[in-house]
Amino acid sequence: MEKIVVCLKPVPDPRAWDRLAMDPVTKTLIREGIPSVINPLDKQALEAALEIKDACGAEVVLLAMAPVSTQPVLREALAMGADRAVLLSDHWFAGSDTLATSRILAAAIERLAPFDLICCGNFTLDGSTAQVPSQVAELLGIPNIMHVGAMEFQPAKPLLVTQKIEHGLVKLEAETPVLLSFTKEANKPRYSSFLEILAAESREIAVWTNADLHLGAGLIGLGGSPTQMADLLIRRKTRQGLRIEGSPEEIARQLADRISQLGIL
Amino acid sequence: MEKSQIWVFMEQRGGVLHEAGLELLGKARELAEVSDSTVAAVLLGAAVAPLAGRIIHHGADLVLVAEHPALEPYRLLPYTDVLARACREHRPAVLLLGATRMGVELAPRLAARLKTGLSAHCIDLKWDANGNLLHLVPGWGGGVVATIRCPEHRPQMATVMPGVMQKTESAGRPGRVVTLTVGEDLDVSGPKVQEIYREGHQTRTLETAEVVVAGGWGMGGPEGWKLLEELAAWLGGAVGATRPPVDAGWALDEQMIGQSGKTIRPRLYIGVGISGMSHHVVGMDGSELVVAINSDPKAPIFEVADIGIVGDFREILPPLLEELRRRLGEKPE
Repeated sequence: MEKIVVCLKPVPDPRAWDRLAMDPVTKTLIREGIPSVINPLDKQALEAALEIKDACGAEVVLLAMAPVSTQPVLREALAMGADRAVLLSDHWFAGSDTLATSRILAAAIERLAPFDLICCGNFTLDGSTAQVPSQVAELLGIPNIMHVGAMEFQPAKPLLVTQKIEHGLVKLEAETPVLLSFTKEANKPRYSSFLEILAAESREIAVWTNADLHLGAGLIGLGGSPTQMADLLIRRKTRQGLRIEGSPEEIARQLADRISQLGIL
Repeated sequence: MEKSQIWVFMEQRGGVLHEAGLELLGKARELAEVSDSTVAAVLLGAAVAPLAGRIIHHGADLVLVAEHPALEPYRLLPYTDVLARACREHRPAVLLLGATRMGVELAPRLAARLKTGLSAHCIDLKWDANGNLLHLVPGWGGGVVATIRCPEHRPQMATVMPGVMQKTESAGRPGRVVTLTVGEDLDVSGPKVQEIYREGHQTRTLETAEVVVAGGWGMGGPEGWKLLEELAAWLGGAVGATRPPVDAGWALDEQMIGQSGKTIRPRLYIGVGISGMSHHVVGMDGSELVVAINSDPKAPIFEVADIGIVGDFREILPPLLEELRRRLGEKPE
């Protein structure tokens, strides 16, 4: 195992999502003032890569498609122990759906070839489509496994991968190159020391634009995305909003009455 | 002109159909009625043709069956190969898959191969005036709903959360079984399955329960959790959870309701000690009657509840259990 690419996505910090608003004219989300963090499951992907690096010395390369302003998020991942980072940033990439995004990531990974393993988080917090891992693998023409709950690495042997399914597990044996997307259970991401964080401050992050990837305008951005957003709304649901008050016994009686009215008792 | 086709992927593991596929047939039926389309179910496996009758019963006009030893058990690359070839040959207008573990892995790979659009975890589907499918997709933990369309590429693909759509049944409806030929050149590459472990089937799964009693971090620990289980037992329901109790080990992974868990639409949902973050709410707001019990009067769960009870569950639940005991008599199993 010589090179591992870890795909990372800086996502708006979920603790600030209640500040999320929509521009009523452009129907786009206003994200200003919401800080970015590493998508949580991407840390599991990075930890998996770093454990292999610890065992056999593989090079770990971070790859993210995001605005240049998200560099601090990549430095945080560099501090965990990655060797270098590539940030894909270009206004041509804006508006890409999952397929167009996957084309951009796959083109960048091909530029990093040869590689043995690609590690991703199973889904991201913001879009939550969970579509990019399978699509990147398809475009690279390599196999992939989602929902990875555990991975065992032994030098010169296939990876042993445990995939979580509904009410069970599937144990798989995977030759490299392969793309794996990790769940929360896969491992416990390491913390970085103060010195590592400090050292990462001065590390260089390569920024690649479409001039480096040479993708046609019909393949990326809004124009290269087969899906289009027709509408967006911030959801409010109307509920009765009644309160039941009184002594616990009184509450119990009233609630049991309401449940009875549903015909359930 | 031939009728356009709406395809539904029928997930099966070990010869057992996943409910998600049967639910999607119900939605596909509804979409087909207003557009004069044919509903075709696609079924892959080694010896799965006997399942066709049940699939027709739940709304398929056609069942396209691909049988091959390499299609059992499910593996991503052989499945992608068969489905991609079938789509290229038959050109369905729409292809729907359940947003299950299998569907979430398979659908994007297939969409990338077909160079078409895919929307994820849809909560509803409908036609627009031009005959394009509109996909309603939750994002940002369900606080936002986007409407997605895919006007220039076919098939229009979507994964749909299990539990969102409703099954239809019709005894004696006509349907045909069509064999999809699997060639010698089937792609059998990719990771090899060593073993499959299945846990026993739960007697009452969350997705089909009429009553769901769900607990959050506010339950405080396994002792509080026992009260929930007792309440669910009296109401003949299932117990669900938000993420923190699952992480703490009070509840199982498959009990999680919400964005990264299950979508439920029971007749009665009782949420106890749940703050009501949108991650959870997106999985339960299809419930008919929502009851929330929380000691914090400002908890967001009250904004999405029909009936709110402010108080400590340790004081509220025991009298409720007593009241149910009085009304129902016999102790539940």
